[in-house]
Amino acid sequence: MKEIRIFHEAIENTSNMARKIKAGQKKIIGHLCSYTPEELIYAAGFHPMRLFSSKSDIVLAEKHLQSYCCSPVRGVLEDSLSGRLDFLDGTVFPHTCDSIQRLSDIWRMNGKYEFFADVILPAKLNTRSAKTYMTDVLTGFKKELEKASGKKITDTSLHESIKKFNLIRENLSKIYELNSHNPGLIKGADLYAIVKGSMVMDKDEVAGLLPVIAANLEKIDPPSEKGKRIVISGSICDSPGFYETIEEAGGLIAGDDLCTGQRWFEGMIQEDGDPMTAIASRYFDRINCPAKHTSLTFRGENIVSLARKNNAKGVIFMLLKFCDPHAFDYPYLKEYLDKEKIKTMAVEIDEQQQSLGQLSTRIETFIHMI
Amino acid sequence: MQGKPQKKIKAAKKMRDLMTTYYLEAMSAGQNNKQIAWITSGGPVEPLVAMDIIPVYPENHGAMIGSSKMGEDLCIKAEDMGYSSDLCSYARADIACSVVKGGPIGGLPRPDMLICCNNICGTVLKWYEVQARFYKVPLFILDTPFCHTGYSPEAAVYVRSQIDEYIGFLEKVTKKKFDYDKMALAGKLSLEGQLLWQKVLNTTAHRPSPMSAFDAFFFLALIVTLRGTQIPVDFYRELIDEMEQRIRDGISIIPDEQYRLLWDNLPLWYQLKWLSSEFSEHNACLVADTYTSAWCGAIKYTDENNFLDSMAQAYTRIYLNIGVDQMADQVLEMIKFYNVDGFVMHSNRSCKPYSFGQMDIMKIVRERAEVPVLMIEADMVDPRNFSKSQVETRIDAFMEIVKQRNK
Ligand code: SF4
Ligand code: SF4
Repeated sequence: MKEIRIFHEAIENTSNMARKIKAGQKKIIGHLCSYTPEELIYAAGFHPMRLFSSKSDIVLAEKHLQSYCCSPVRGVLEDSLSGRLDFLDGTVFPHTCDSIQRLSDIWRMNGKYEFFADVILPAKLNTRSAKTYMTDVLTGFKKELEKASGKKITDTSLHESIKKFNLIRENLSKIYELNSHNPGLIKGADLYAIVKGSMVMDKDEVAGLLPVIAANLEKIDPPSEKGKRIVISGSICDSPGFYETIEEAGGLIAGDDLCTGQRWFEGMIQEDGDPMTAIASRYFDRINCPAKHTSLTFRGENIVSLARKNNAKGVIFMLLKFCDPHAFDYPYLKEYLDKEKIKTMAVEIDEQQQSLGQLSTRIETFIHMI
Repeated sequence: MQGKPQKKIKAAKKMRDLMTTYYLEAMSAGQNNKQIAWITSGGPVEPLVAMDIIPVYPENHGAMIGSSKMGEDLCIKAEDMGYSSDLCSYARADIACSVVKGGPIGGLPRPDMLICCNNICGTVLKWYEVQARFYKVPLFILDTPFCHTGYSPEAAVYVRSQIDEYIGFLEKVTKKKFDYDKMALAGKLSLEGQLLWQKVLNTTAHRPSPMSAFDAFFFLALIVTLRGTQIPVDFYRELIDEMEQRIRDGISIIPDEQYRLLWDNLPLWYQLKWLSSEFSEHNACLVADTYTSAWCGAIKYTDENNFLDSMAQAYTRIYLNIGVDQMADQVLEMIKFYNVDGFVMHSNRSCKPYSFGQMDIMKIVRERAEVPVLMIEADMVDPRNFSKSQVETRIDAFMEIVKQRNK
């Protein structure tokens, strides 16, 4: 599908794509997290762009972050220090894990870009005071953006922005749903490209392409189901090879619980009423990242229902080495799935090391077994 | 290597007795109809004191596990349970200990509630979630927004309102009314204890130093665990007297102190003796550290007459909850105040928020304080990430540089 190809092309050369966006007179604000209030950045007239590590060798970042820091954090710092992100006009750091928290400090102290902001979100997302605080923090960020852009972010522009992002979310959900009904309808690598592309590409372009893809997929005759349905859980999965490995081993990717997947686009923002409260509310309602607290069982129940909903035969945990929040949740999520007799396996990944050799044997064994 | 003989600090015995009494009381809480709250080391303990709830500190327990060299076994048990070996070793050891009831004191007394303040790290949030599921007890989270560059008015409102939520939580769990008078007293004693602790630490500014950071690591336990009561107040007064007497008598902790060093990050609990003699062989004394001083760093934000209101800020702006540049400023101040000749940083695999940013601090210290800096890689409790011979070689080489510069 030619629309999908556009996504592939965009993520293959993000700096090229960034250059095009800049040529259109848009400033680019980079970020690293699914808790980034992208709606605000977009409404301010900037382009919010999620940063992924280029996975180049760590040389310069070695002087700032020890080897026991997770690969996405070290990798993105390396990209910045070595000039690969020079297209950025600024960055924003929503507060999540300890590693990003310190990356933000290091980034600010070695500041390279015009705009810098911390959005110090609450860690618990289940109380009224936390919600008030979240709304206040978002309002503060909005002011910083206004200062940077030199113009007010009106409620009208915010509503429009919210609508745009909702449209993107709605269509991604639709694509996921179609695929979940008939896994294999879309290849894992394509799914990956679409989601990643949606995080980095021009939002208007994405909003134009996704409905076309969804409509086309609806028309395609689904392939007969050959393989075992798998759900992936973890933080960042920036490896198309990982999806391919699962498919080659006889698995079908039916859904995910990833920062760079469903967890990023799930949940709509209410389109009427006060936009700031509406944006905050979505973060409270949607399934949380393990660096945030909602309840003691929310993620456990969610992974079970996700596996159920997708009729998954197994769940593969994709854990990034040195990622504390996810590593802490893994035994508990596994326990929930064990209780329901849903098979699991865990793989530990370091983005820097790209070879999936050993891993593919293990994944194959797992898929055979389930 | 055998360390040189040191003139012992007399108060150490009393300190040990106090801690034993405290743990015995905690262990028999059930028989005495008292409730137990597990709380993070940087957590607001004063309201617990006011409610007559016994606070128990898994982190202090973690240090004990480390000191008694039981860390490796417990960490391995946690790994068998599925916890990654890259997680904080306090958390790993504690989580395993709850299941196997091992460790130096046979595990901690069962909690009736958990109080987690994330002003030190995000790890405690996850760790306490694990324990709340395990013990099936209520968890209160005091969420202290990170202060990269300052304390925002929004954060002030948020944290202050959580203090009331905390009180409400305690009333609900204990089914008792909160005692504001007792709270005010606990607040006063807490501040007094912190001021005295600061004074204890300040005695090492004297050359030669009457005690070292290794002693501070030991004496720290009181201000952590019994903050808000009379006990640390009385004890630290005595300790200060002893230190001042030592200063008057010219007694130093290192027989022939020639070099003074500042330590960063948590200690290596399982190698305290070795490390201390390693430095004293070079006539070097670790006179101060950034870790133990964290329990008096927020004094400036505390209002003795309005503790409850001021504690929001005091608990939010502690050493680990501020930006790396502000941490570097504090390090520079300490270098000056304690007049040190070198800075030793423990790059601690367990503690990411403490260790990430250290390399930037190192650079700042080298540039602005012009003292040599050594960074050693280890872990506070898990000895598998520590190589004695490697660290020894590095310390020796570092001390050569320090000596050269002070010729
Ligand atoms: S991978 Fe984990 S540790 Fe790394 S930035 Fe993401 S949440 Fe933080
Ligand atoms: S050692 Fe560090 S990561 Fe572990 S509990 Fe303490 S502050 Fe948190």
